Amino acid sequence: MTHWIPLWLHRLSSPPTFYRFAGAVWPWAMGLALLTGIIGLYGALVLAPPDYQQSDAYRIIFIHVPSAWMSMFIYAVMGVASFVALVWRIKLAEVVAMQSAPIGAAFTFITLVTGSLWGKPMWGTWWTWDARLTSELVLLFLYLGVIGLYHAFEDRRQGARAAGFLAIIGIINVPIVHFSVNWWNTLHQGSTINVFGASKIAADMLWPLLVLTLATKLYYIASLCRRARTDLLALEGSKDWVRTLAAREAAP
Amino acid sequence: MNFTGLHDFLAMGGYAAYVWPAYAVFLAVLIADSLAPTVRRRQVLRDLRAQLARQAARHARKGATIPGSAPHPSAPPPRSA
Amino acid sequence: MLWRDLTLAWRRRGDIAMPVLYALIVTMLFPFALGPEDTLLQRIAGGIVLVTVLLAMLLTLDAMFSSDIEDGSLEQLVLSPQPLALLLGMKILAHWLTTALPLIVIAPLLAAMLHLPNAVIPVLLLALLLATPLLSLLGAVLVALTAGTRRSGMLLALMLLPLCMPAVIFAAGAVAAAQQGLPWLAPIAWLAAALVLAVVLAPLACAAALRIALDA
Repeated sequence: MTHWIPLWLHRLSSPPTFYRFAGAVWPWAMGLALLTGIIGLYGALVLAPPDYQQSDAYRIIFIHVPSAWMSMFIYAVMGVASFVALVWRIKLAEVVAMQSAPIGAAFTFITLVTGSLWGKPMWGTWWTWDARLTSELVLLFLYLGVIGLYHAFEDRRQGARAAGFLAIIGIINVPIVHFSVNWWNTLHQGSTINVFGASKIAADMLWPLLVLTLATKLYYIASLCRRARTDLLALEGSKDWVRTLAAREAAP
Repeated sequence: MNFTGLHDFLAMGGYAAYVWPAYAVFLAVLIADSLAPTVRRRQVLRDLRAQLARQAARHARKGATIPGSAPHPSAPPPRSA
Repeated sequence: MLWRDLTLAWRRRGDIAMPVLYALIVTMLFPFALGPEDTLLQRIAGGIVLVTVLLAMLLTLDAMFSSDIEDGSLEQLVLSPQPLALLLGMKILAHWLTTALPLIVIAPLLAAMLHLPNAVIPVLLLALLLATPLLSLLGAVLVALTAGTRRSGMLLALMLLPLCMPAVIFAAGAVAAAQQGLPWLAPIAWLAAALVLAVVLAPLACAAALRIALDA
């Protein structure tokens, strides 16, 4: 069954190997995230021109949209990792799934709050129960449910499987969030950015958006690596490689 | 330039009360998220070291009281064959 | 299987009364809390009845597997040669019959207490008839996941309430449409479609969830 998985991927799923790999990756990812983040934020706040309708309030888009994309992207990663964890019982998949949840919840929270702060001046209300906002809120509850369920089990591996199952059930919500503006009459505006074909947004507003999208993705990779490393230490506490590490880091 | 000065920039076209808190939340949440693994890592390693210390202590005690493994100071010397 | 659960429930038939009493009490509280003004109550009556029924079902959902876990019969069930999904389907049906059906029976009373127009009550009943099994099915999957964990009641509520938001939205939408004289068939159709899907998928998901929760 596993003969088609490339050898390096197979090796990577071994905890000590992944620990070393992630330890090398995360500083670069974080550095690049900060760099692209600063560039993107400068472009968003200073360089991009004000919108003719929304003046400078629209600048919230530069953090709201990348965060929203991340909230969905991370959930998809969590779903896939959970699936792998449930079917093949790979420890690393469990770790990736469970450690992605708090990061995803963070981005979903940012999406909801920044959206609310944008909605008040633009729509005149902090909140409305339209399809997109409601389904994004449901997404936050799903993340919190996964985190809660994971921590409710004594056996962490069993907890990861149960929470992973919940994540997979909830994955139906991700397309709902995405397509909600097409399927229903919503207060939230429709899509303006297309992967294939022309986007309806000005170029000098588009580039900071894309740069910040990249920045948030890099940040997610860095954060996931760090969380996964720490989680592996906790999970593999009885193994030699962890013990030597703990002893070594104690030495002043 | 889109803004005529720092004051203009901070005012954000009158929407400062919405734009700046939004950016602040973004940064604050991500900073909190980046600190969390550091805190947890320190906790995990501290707990592990404590556990190792306890186990080492237990081993040392066991090593001293297993009969035959180390002679009691007042026991007679072992008979030679 | 179904007979067994129903017999067990009948032996504890005092417990069947609990969600019903709860629903009655909560519904009675609303006129006290909001004032007896008819127009206000009429507008929110449909929604209140739906939410109250949902919360009442939540009370008994948590206990769906608890007695079976305690005496070990749940593990026997998992090991039995019959398909687990089918057995669990029967269990869910028993839960719906003993919890939701009594609630649906008193729903006209609850609606009347809140001055819901009589013409709307059939739509309310239809919406409840479709939404409550949906809740039982979805809830069963989540209860299976939390089976045996501590503080499972609170966790269950946290997980279940957001997931059944769509069902509540459609059910309430149907009632509200009927109340305004607008066509109400579309949300009902959505509920029916979701129910069909759930009837097929939920017992399977429940079986998988139970296996995850029970196996180490």
